[in-house]
Amino acid sequence: MEAFTAHTGRAVPLRRSNVDTDQIIPAHWLKKVTRDGFEDGLFEAWRKDENFVLNRPERKGASVLVAGPDFGTGSSREHAVWALQNYGFKTVISSRFADIFRGNSLKNGLLTVVLDQQVVDALWDLAEADPTAEITVDLEKRQVLAEGITADFELDENARWRLLNGLDDISLTLQNEADIAAYEAARPAHKPRTINA
Amino acid sequence: MGRTLAEKVWDDHVVRRAEGEPDLLYIDLHLLHEVTSPQAFDGLRQAGRPVRRLDLTIATEDHNTPTLDIDKPIADPVSRAQLETLRKNCAEFGVRLHPLGDIEQGVVHVVGPQLGLTQPGTTVVCGDSHTSTHGAFGALAFGIGTSQVEHVLATQTLPLARPKTMAITIDGELPDSVTAKDLILAIITRIGTGGGQGYILEYRGSAIEKLSMEARMTICNMSIEAGARAGMIAPDQTTFDYLQGRDHAPQGSDWDAAVAYWKTLRTDDDAVFDAEVVIEAAELAPFVTWGTNPGQGAPLSANVPDPASYEDASERNAAEKALEYMGLTAGQPLREINVDTVFVGSCTNGRIEDLRNAAAILDGRKVADGVRMLVVPGSVRVALQAVEEGLDKVFTAAGAEWRHAGCSMCLGMNPDQLAPGERSASTSNRNFEGRQGKGGRTHLVSPQVAAATAVLGHLASPADLSDVRTPAGV
Ligand code: SF4
Repeated sequence: MEAFTAHTGRAVPLRRSNVDTDQIIPAHWLKKVTRDGFEDGLFEAWRKDENFVLNRPERKGASVLVAGPDFGTGSSREHAVWALQNYGFKTVISSRFADIFRGNSLKNGLLTVVLDQQVVDALWDLAEADPTAEITVDLEKRQVLAEGITADFELDENARWRLLNGLDDISLTLQNEADIAAYEAARPAHKPRTINA
Repeated sequence: MGRTLAEKVWDDHVVRRAEGEPDLLYIDLHLLHEVTSPQAFDGLRQAGRPVRRLDLTIATEDHNTPTLDIDKPIADPVSRAQLETLRKNCAEFGVRLHPLGDIEQGVVHVVGPQLGLTQPGTTVVCGDSHTSTHGAFGALAFGIGTSQVEHVLATQTLPLARPKTMAITIDGELPDSVTAKDLILAIITRIGTGGGQGYILEYRGSAIEKLSMEARMTICNMSIEAGARAGMIAPDQTTFDYLQGRDHAPQGSDWDAAVAYWKTLRTDDDAVFDAEVVIEAAELAPFVTWGTNPGQGAPLSANVPDPASYEDASERNAAEKALEYMGLTAGQPLREINVDTVFVGSCTNGRIEDLRNAAAILDGRKVADGVRMLVVPGSVRVALQAVEEGLDKVFTAAGAEWRHAGCSMCLGMNPDQLAPGERSASTSNRNFEGRQGKGGRTHLVSPQVAAATAVLGHLASPADLSDVRTPAGV
């Protein structure tokens, strides 16, 4: 995973709530067996409309998505995170994310930032009034900065440490091999097995 | 202080707990399917890691599989490649797989319980959000992303922060025509699609205790639609009876030990939930959705709501967008909405009891002209049971299509899809834009409402049917 310390970029204001993962990446894209090449599927249905915010020329190259509440609801598809990253987004800001989406994003180094809806409103207003306005998301300081806006955000220390260092969860867990083996040795015999060991 | 059911199961699976870190949780059962696993197996391969516990891992094919002509090669090359990738990965790593054509094949959340693998007090994960289904057994079951699938394959554990707990208590008797599906749709409309966020829900109360395992699975299945991490129901005699004798249920002294443990899996009287919701069963009625998320629902007797009636600006905006997408107008009676497709199936309502309920209504009746009805059993086992009971004949005699097991029209990944602008009454769990096919419009309903809707051609409950049954034998 790529480390995330801070990112500055222009924003895409997505004034919609409840953007579910079927909107982020429709199911027919899920047939691919790789982690890349999902950029054209991102918000595919909405992108048919030339007025959709992502299609506007002034949003080209923007890397900060500012979304409405309950972003990423629905399916567990990690493809939603890959699609956002493949397209070029580094961070997504919303007042509320669906749990699984949030977990997936942090595991892939896409920083999801939770801010109060008032701050999201202010970021929307700013990005709409001035498409060239830049937003900085600073993970070290846990702060979002933009013209006239300074907002602190929370992220638990462990997740932050993993992101800052780009650490791979699996190797970290495997350092606890002794604990896992001890737990396994004590599991009751009545627990289900899919095949006879 | 006492503990809740969720806390007990959680505590029993903590491998490692350290200050400032998420708990490392042991996973008892890992279910795989073709869509969310390929990149995880790739990760293992790149790192040179094996699957740690093949005996706690099982795979099936469901999302991409066609429900017709299953003996022929799959027409869509991309779907075919994904299924072949799963087969190749399972063979290479040694994972037990039930592919298309196998007697244990079916929707992953139907297969786990019917094999007896889903048991009380276990932790169950799958790269699929509707893993919450398995919570009906008093298991802690939740959907995970592909990175976590890889993590579980490699370590059989997951680092997780413990969610909060919410009690949803439903006391009293459900009225006659009201099913588990109506109940969960009403709950989601009440608490909203984000209402369960950060929580494990525990459904409890006398109305829940009376439900069958199938009905409990329907409820837990849709916990994720309320944003919850998982949904659970305390195991009881109904649970034990369902499990006893199944392929992977414990046997002999293991069974006794298991039941003794399972009986401890109840929320203690003095346990405290972080949030509580109380619902009176007697006040519920058949429930349908009118919008594009599962929280946009209403009793069937209601009208399409007026977006202007929402105080919250983002809800108002969402309702406006939903009505536009759904092609509905505010104030229109829900009962007057015509559909062209009816889908009975999915991991929400594709089990034997669901098929029986739909068949009981269709028996001696006909699907309305111009309506296409698909009945898709959740697994091959469900299909065989239905055939044994003659349900398939009831469906085909009524003019419905009886299909092979799979996810089918629940999501637009296989050939069963809505065309743009087509409208369905569907027993599945998501009415998102385009979920059942690009431009398709979905109303979520119970199997009973689905069957009545098929007969009348508009959203309807069985009570609306009183005079259209052809007398038996005619
Ligand atoms: S039936 Fe639908 S919700 Fe269930 S696993 Fe299949 S696609 Fe997902």
